[in-house]
Amino acid sequence: MERANRTGRIKEGIVKWALFGCALFGVLAVISIAVFLFATGIPFMAKNGFGSFFLSSTWRPTASSPEYGLLALFCTTIIVTLLSTALGGGLGLLTAMCLFRFVPKQLKRPLSFLISILSGIPSVIYGLFGVNVIVPFLRDYISPTGMGYGIFAATLVLSIMILPTMVSFTLDSLEAVNPSYYEGALALGASREMACFKVVMPAAKSGIFAALVLSSGRAMGETMAVIMVIGSRATMPNSLFQSTLTLTGAIALGATEYSGDAKTSLIAVGVVLFLLTLIINLAFALIRGKEKRC
Amino acid sequence: MLNEVSFRRRRGVYYSFRGGAYLGMGLSLLALIGLVVYILAKGLPYLSWDLLFGEYTAKSVSLVPSFVGTLYLILISLGIAAPIGIFAAVFLSEYAVSTSKVVGVIRVAIETLSGIPSIVYGLFGYLLFVFYLGCGYSLLGGGITLALMVLPTIIRGVEESLHSVPKALREASFALGAGKSSTTFKIVLPCAAPGILTSLILSIGRVLSESAVLLVTIGMVVNKTPATPLSPGTSLALDIYYFSSYGYREEAAATAVVLLLLVLFLDGMALLVTKLLSKGKGYGK
Repeated sequence: MERANRTGRIKEGIVKWALFGCALFGVLAVISIAVFLFATGIPFMAKNGFGSFFLSSTWRPTASSPEYGLLALFCTTIIVTLLSTALGGGLGLLTAMCLFRFVPKQLKRPLSFLISILSGIPSVIYGLFGVNVIVPFLRDYISPTGMGYGIFAATLVLSIMILPTMVSFTLDSLEAVNPSYYEGALALGASREMACFKVVMPAAKSGIFAALVLSSGRAMGETMAVIMVIGSRATMPNSLFQSTLTLTGAIALGATEYSGDAKTSLIAVGVVLFLLTLIINLAFALIRGKEKRC
Repeated sequence: MLNEVSFRRRRGVYYSFRGGAYLGMGLSLLALIGLVVYILAKGLPYLSWDLLFGEYTAKSVSLVPSFVGTLYLILISLGIAAPIGIFAAVFLSEYAVSTSKVVGVIRVAIETLSGIPSIVYGLFGYLLFVFYLGCGYSLLGGGITLALMVLPTIIRGVEESLHSVPKALREASFALGAGKSSTTFKIVLPCAAPGILTSLILSIGRVLSESAVLLVTIGMVVNKTPATPLSPGTSLALDIYYFSSYGYREEAAATAVVLLLLVLFLDGMALLVTKLLSKGKGYGK
């Protein structure tokens, strides 16, 4: 009896620590990703000077006297992220509001399922759609410069891509609002629209904001769909219809072609991208933490 | 100032809110349906036997290398991520004390992992396998990198389905004298099986649709069927990118159909598994 007890306890202990080891794997992965990127990227930045790396806008890693200026790529990334978060976020918010109260009850689940399908579609397929439909359309009908590729095309494609994230998170936070708010507003004589837009939506504010932050992270990290529609010249963006390149795009395009120092420069770009996403993640965690407290 | 005019104006404003909501919904659905219909309409006519299963030549490209590559990638990444993810989720949901600092660190790490852009994973895989270990581009390196990428998805999905197993089952098992580990592995895990299966299927979908990671780690060799997991290769999603940027537009459209149908099929499977296996359990949805 005594012995059986002891072997049982040992077995329990082994299982527990083995499971704990598996859980630690995630921590290990994050640390090793950070260490590998920083150990290769930071010395490269230091060698070429931090000033010229961050403040110059000439990105020519393959020229005979290579220049690694990140500013143009950085600006394009920020502009694309902001625009697509605004457009996709707004559209997603309206869609979620509509799903929340304005569609017939029986349609709610099938419709939200349809939209969640969007999130499973591979990004290359979005890119293909963008390059075959959106880019020619912009070129022929909208672009003042006769150029379809560029920030505007990327914005449109990314807005569609972040829709499902935005819709599902927003809908969740709308549903989480105590239904008595909505009913109370109705009882006070508000119309359904008033109750939704003036009572429930403000109450779900922080959840909606968190959804926006998360979507902007998605938009910023997206690679394949963007490189297919944004062109590929790393120039400072002056117009919405001009071939430029984002941080992610620079990495992906360079990865298959560059070698030596030029390739190491991509790692340095990766470091910047990694830090940017860490900031966004942190913002997301902070907002969500605040939401839980109140 | 409540008079008829102000009332009408306000009604106008709120109707326009509602109209805006319908418009947003309509646009979103239009985007989805437009995308799917366009891909199908454009690609279906070009699907052919030669493209799917033929020999790869410069004139008639074929998807055989990418089928093999994709299969390897799914096996490698899920083979690594599924056990680790499931066990990690079991630890987090059954064993961990939620107030402990270590558990907090683990959760933050997993959140961080899920927020890292795929191209950064790709760079990490490139650095580790190609640059430092010197293996060159290989399916194995790509698969391991993908495993890291799908890990948070699996952990989150499995944890959720473990949470949906009622507490009473665990207590009943303890009352019958079972220990913690036998309760977890013989009672809780089998009950959570449908949810676990669903999250595994969904992560297969993520592996299928990923391309940025692979662009950097497996080398995009579209014309040779990979002999071993250590050789460079390609995947379906990468093929689409390759075909579309090197002038095989019809083939790209057809490949997109194949990939889209596979992904939709997996989505449907996940839905079906949840529906079928959770029937008659007396709990859950």
